Amino acid sequence: MSALEVIVSGTMLAQTARMTIPYACAALGGVVSERSGVVNIALEGILLSSALAAVAVQGATESAAMGLLAGVLCGAAIGLVHAAVVVWGRIDAIVSGLAINLAAAGGTRVVLRALYGSSSNSPSVRGLEPFEHMGPLARTLLDPFLLLTLVSAALLSWSLRRTRFGLRLRACGEDPSAAQAVGVDVGWTRTLAVTIGGAVCGLGGTALAFELHQFQAGMTGGRGFIALAAVIVARWRPWPAVGACLAFAALDALQIVLQNQTKVPSQLFAILPFAATLVALALVSRRARGDARPPAGLGKHPDG
Amino acid sequence: MKDVASRAIGDLFRTPAVAGLAAGWLAFCLLVWLYGASPREMAGLLFEGTWGTSYGAGQVLFKATPLLFTGLAVDLALRAGLFNIGAEGQLAVASLAAGVVGSRLPHGTPAIVALPVTLAAAMGAGAAWAAVPALMKARFGAHEVISTIVMNRIADGLVGLLLASGLALAGSVRTADVVPGARVPRLEVALSAFRGSAVSFAIVAAVVATVAVMVAHERTRFGREIGLIGKNARAMEAEHVPVRRRLAQALVASGAVAGAASLGTVLGYKGYFEEGLGAGAGFGGIAVALLGRGSAAGLVLAALLFGTLQQGGLALNAHVPKELMDVLQGVVIVAVALTDVRLRRAVSAAPVASTKGAG
Repeated sequence: MSALEVIVSGTMLAQTARMTIPYACAALGGVVSERSGVVNIALEGILLSSALAAVAVQGATESAAMGLLAGVLCGAAIGLVHAAVVVWGRIDAIVSGLAINLAAAGGTRVVLRALYGSSSNSPSVRGLEPFEHMGPLARTLLDPFLLLTLVSAALLSWSLRRTRFGLRLRACGEDPSAAQAVGVDVGWTRTLAVTIGGAVCGLGGTALAFELHQFQAGMTGGRGFIALAAVIVARWRPWPAVGACLAFAALDALQIVLQNQTKVPSQLFAILPFAATLVALALVSRRARGDARPPAGLGKHPDG
Repeated sequence: MKDVASRAIGDLFRTPAVAGLAAGWLAFCLLVWLYGASPREMAGLLFEGTWGTSYGAGQVLFKATPLLFTGLAVDLALRAGLFNIGAEGQLAVASLAAGVVGSRLPHGTPAIVALPVTLAAAMGAGAAWAAVPALMKARFGAHEVISTIVMNRIADGLVGLLLASGLALAGSVRTADVVPGARVPRLEVALSAFRGSAVSFAIVAAVVATVAVMVAHERTRFGREIGLIGKNARAMEAEHVPVRRRLAQALVASGAVAGAASLGTVLGYKGYFEEGLGAGAGFGGIAVALLGRGSAAGLVLAALLFGTLQQGGLALNAHVPKELMDVLQGVVIVAVALTDVRLRRAVSAAPVASTKGAG
């Protein structure tokens, strides 16, 4: 098969859809968190930790559902820590995010060695494959993680726009002092937002681990950061963020195909998604001069 | 009386350094205990492997050398209100440049020429790598946190790519040896106590550079301007200071300083560059900068602390995973940030991820 045939094939589409999931979940988590005014560069660490939590719990309980639950809860827990430190401790969210990423990178290796005596990967787990007898395309379309991701995106998009909680959340992100003045509890709203964001991001980490059927140290490989860039490119809106993630995932899938099909050095393709991220950032930041802009209260605390 | 005493103790724990050390110590004990080892025993091993012997102390200084350079680099950018998360990538590219340029010089090049040329190549490469996010910031207002993170990843791939496509010795991921003139001598040459340890005169250079940059912050116009921009960018704009340009320049300067860390790794230790050499120093530098913020003594002490943790991690690795020290680093960073009022102010003064305003 030529490279072109592979690229337009159903397998490739299925591959892209599955690769979108971790990016999209992390980006959705980023959108909720940042719309409430809390910068979240901890997405990378959340993805990584929840991937390990999901694998460890599935390995111990033999239940994919318990693994999924553990991954989501782990994400929510780290989100809660991030929120607590930023909202109540009032430290800079980037500092907190850096610390979380550092601790997650080291901590997952420590846990890996404690549980499995290995510092590189876990034994393999079964993952979540309810439709094994179907073709690749059908299996992908019915993939529980894909469905969960889409449902999360729909729910978040709707609740941000249409619910009282969403309105309050956005108010905290736009002008925390004003929100507080009209009686919104900025601290709790943000804490809840970042925790929910962590849970959605944890879903992505779980999907990543189950896709590969094991945990590998550093397996997220910067996906959390690309997702963060997707949030900015999508101007802090849920569905466009998923769209941006789809584009990044397509590049990722393309990179794998081209690596197998051509003689060009693999490192060149490994750079590709990141180079694209950089270009997208430059273009969007430039356009952002006009209408679109980040939440005005991002990184700000209410007065008093 | 009791009130005064307890308040004094409370105040003491509210100083960042004490809070960081206390939290680090507590976390160390807890983590080691959770892992099933004895905290007391591990602390003993940690001390023995670091400050307990002159060799261990030398190794701590060796680990602290690149951290001090990258910490200084991050601190420089932070003064202007910029978060340079990209020291990691800047150092990687700079180290490759040092290895390539240093090995291509004529063999007999005297140190007085070879060392400055190699260092200039490294710092230039680091500056060039930082120039991309700097330009994106100045031209488009793209936030430097994301762009420097992305540049780290690109550096990772690019260094591997360049090594694979001819810059490395055949069948390896390392450059040729740099010429003898470009090497930084080991400290053991002057102080026999450090025999066997990898610490080089680069630690001296790092301390001198730290003091020099701190003086420059006070005494030069550029240094004072970026400091004031970090405090209040809008006011500086009103004073007709070219804020965008200064921010870009600060980030480029930060990249150059990060590149100088290759003195301790490529030129002072291996004598060549290989893939992964110096990895982690860029992120470690962020921790050093946050802890030692704003003063030469603070940065040096912070670099020594994290150097001790790194070396100590190696000493303990047979009993508890050395990555425990990364977790510890995270805890120390949060503890310091929680107690450091300046840190809360300084960064949130420049709205994060903003595409408008001073950026």
